[in-house]
Amino acid sequence: MAALVIAEHTNTALKDATAKTVTAASQLGGPVHVLVAGQGCAAAAEEARKLSGVETVLVADSPLYAKMLAEPMEALLLSLADKYDALLAPATTNGKNYMPRVAAKLDVPQISEILAVEGPNTFRRPIYAGNAIQTIEAPSGKKVITVRTTGFKAADGGGSAALQQVPAAADPGLSSFVNEELSKSDRPELTAAKIIISGGRGMQSGDNFHLLDRIADKLHAAVGASRAAVDAGFVPNDYQVGQTGKVVAPELYIAVGISGAIQHLAGMKDSKVIAAINKDEEAPIFQVADYGLVADLFKAVPEFEEALTKAGY
Amino acid sequence: MKVLVPVKRVIDYNVKVRVKADSSGVDLANVKMSMNPFDEISVEEAVRLKEKGKASEVVVVSIGPAQASETIRTALAMGADRGILVKTEGEVEPLAVAKILKAICEAEKPGLAILGKQAIDDDSNQTGQMLAALLGWAQGTFAHNLELDETSATIEREIDGGLQTVKVKLPAVMTTDLRLNEPRYASLPNIMKAKKKPIDEKTAADYGVDTTPRLKVLKVTEPPKRQAGIKVKTAAELVEKLKNEAGVI
Ligand SMILES: Cc1cc2nc3c(=O)[nH]c(=O)nc-3n(C[C@H](O)[C@H](O)[C@H](O)COP(=O)(O)OP(=O)(O)OC[C@H]3O[C@@H](n4cnc5c(N)ncnc54)[C@H](O)[C@@H]3O)c2cc1C
Ligand SMILES: Cc1cc2nc3c(=O)[nH]c(=O)nc-3n(C[C@H](O)[C@H](O)[C@H](O)COP(=O)(O)OP(=O)(O)OC[C@H]3O[C@@H](n4cnc5c(N)ncnc54)[C@H](O)[C@@H]3O)c2cc1C
Repeated sequence: MAALVIAEHTNTALKDATAKTVTAASQLGGPVHVLVAGQGCAAAAEEARKLSGVETVLVADSPLYAKMLAEPMEALLLSLADKYDALLAPATTNGKNYMPRVAAKLDVPQISEILAVEGPNTFRRPIYAGNAIQTIEAPSGKKVITVRTTGFKAADGGGSAALQQVPAAADPGLSSFVNEELSKSDRPELTAAKIIISGGRGMQSGDNFHLLDRIADKLHAAVGASRAAVDAGFVPNDYQVGQTGKVVAPELYIAVGISGAIQHLAGMKDSKVIAAINKDEEAPIFQVADYGLVADLFKAVPEFEEALTKAGY
Repeated sequence: MKVLVPVKRVIDYNVKVRVKADSSGVDLANVKMSMNPFDEISVEEAVRLKEKGKASEVVVVSIGPAQASETIRTALAMGADRGILVKTEGEVEPLAVAKILKAICEAEKPGLAILGKQAIDDDSNQTGQMLAALLGWAQGTFAHNLELDETSATIEREIDGGLQTVKVKLPAVMTTDLRLNEPRYASLPNIMKAKKKPIDEKTAADYGVDTTPRLKVLKVTEPPKRQAGIKVKTAAELVEKLKNEAGVI
């Protein structure tokens, strides 16, 4: 059961999601290869070689893969699919974009967002915003899988996989990259952060998110948001945590001015510890919070910051 | 150009689902069903294209039980022109949905097919991409903004790091994200008018598609429950607990 993991990376570095997907792939029980498709991606490939459990790293270095657009990625993966029993990608916006195309062309169902591998053909995955967990059995034969990375630990370093260049596939010529507006931040990424502090509609404005930024700086945390805060324009779309945003499972999740709608909980209820600050003691967020503080956030958050300072943060 | 909008009937987003005691699935008896929220966004976008003179006709398709015709009526009341109901029984997997939609696209020849990025019941996030691949079309998923001309679409997409813009050749598939637009409510006169708009009834067999599921659901269980914890009185106490009791800061 040879498995190919499609790496998530920035060309110069590998993302944590890749190491977690390698863990899922290893649990299928066969050799694991990693494909690094990008442009000028040698550094990312070098990092992938070090992941323990990886036998070979395939490198497809071409301008075609600079932005991992879905149509050229489909062509590349189809050119490699014959040699593998399973293809796995992290359920990032990239993985979700190209993987279903590959599944459709191979005429197999895609198994979306697996949380656990129960056997070579059996997987667990969340449905209904995580309110139910489904155990499914896929037919034997080729598998196309996306991996919810919160379900798996990152593979360790210490490996030394072989490196193999693979040729680019023909350009389908259907799409082109125009531009990108990426949020710039020195803070950790939401999906990799150990601590996250998120704000909701209760924050009232984008400016007020500075209150959370200050805490994030002290705790080396990432800043997230509810959909309501994103829709209101307080913060960019990539801050959204939830069923239709990012799914996170940090050591600590602090929800500030967030009511705790099921769609929000779907994205954060697997956090190890949840703390909530909300002025409404009936807010559903308190039903999942380990520590709840019923207070006006405009008073409580500055006090929280002060208490952190006193405690030496 | 014609715009095709597939719409799915799903459990209403406000309903908290319950897993059946025998672990065979979730209890859908007597729960409120609605149009998948992302599909409302798709219908809105298509209707706006028509209002701007960029689309000539908006055709909505639903694949599902007889009651899915209600979902089609909702779309017709929002301004779509006609519907196609493909009647199926039991669950239809995304790949089979995509195969039926492919056959419909080949017959209807739309310039653009607009789907939701995910259905909120199964959260698969695959159908649009599968449809695009089967047709050999380009795709713009998780759309935040659309600019359409005769031969191409420029689509701004919500991605993990922010926003990305791609240009795709038409015909193409677009899948909608939350912030593309705010769907309208249908007015009473439009709801009345929608009752007269045509809905064509078909079956999967009409399109030669076998809808037998390939994935076998062994069981459906509840996720581990979180217990509500304690209330703290002050921010200082919160810091103290997080540090000394939970050990997470
Ligand atoms: C298809 C679909 C997908 C969705 N996907 C997501 C998703 O991925 N993520 C997501 O988050 N939501 C999602 N939602 C939206 C979700 O249903 C809720 O509307 C949203 O999460 C509410 O955000 P909120 O908690 O910030 O706002 P509200 O529900 O308005 O809550 C604000 C809270 O702030 C508190 N508050 C106000 N002022 C103060 C103050 N001064 N001090 C302390 N507390 C204060 C209030 O008591 C209240 O509890 C989705 C909805 C749909 C239909
Ligand atoms: C308990 C349970 C378990 C299931 N398990 C699986 C499973 O593991 N794997 C699996 O493949 N399927 C499964 N299904 C079937 C699933 O519910 C859907 O019928 C089908 O998979 C479509 O997937 P989706 O709606 O999540 O697609 P998505 O790709 O999330 O839907 C995106 C868009 O596709 C369009 N679309 C999807 N379905 C239709 C439709 N019927 N009619 C018109 N447009 C449509 C809509 O525009 C929608 O917004 C399961 C269903 C249930 C109730």
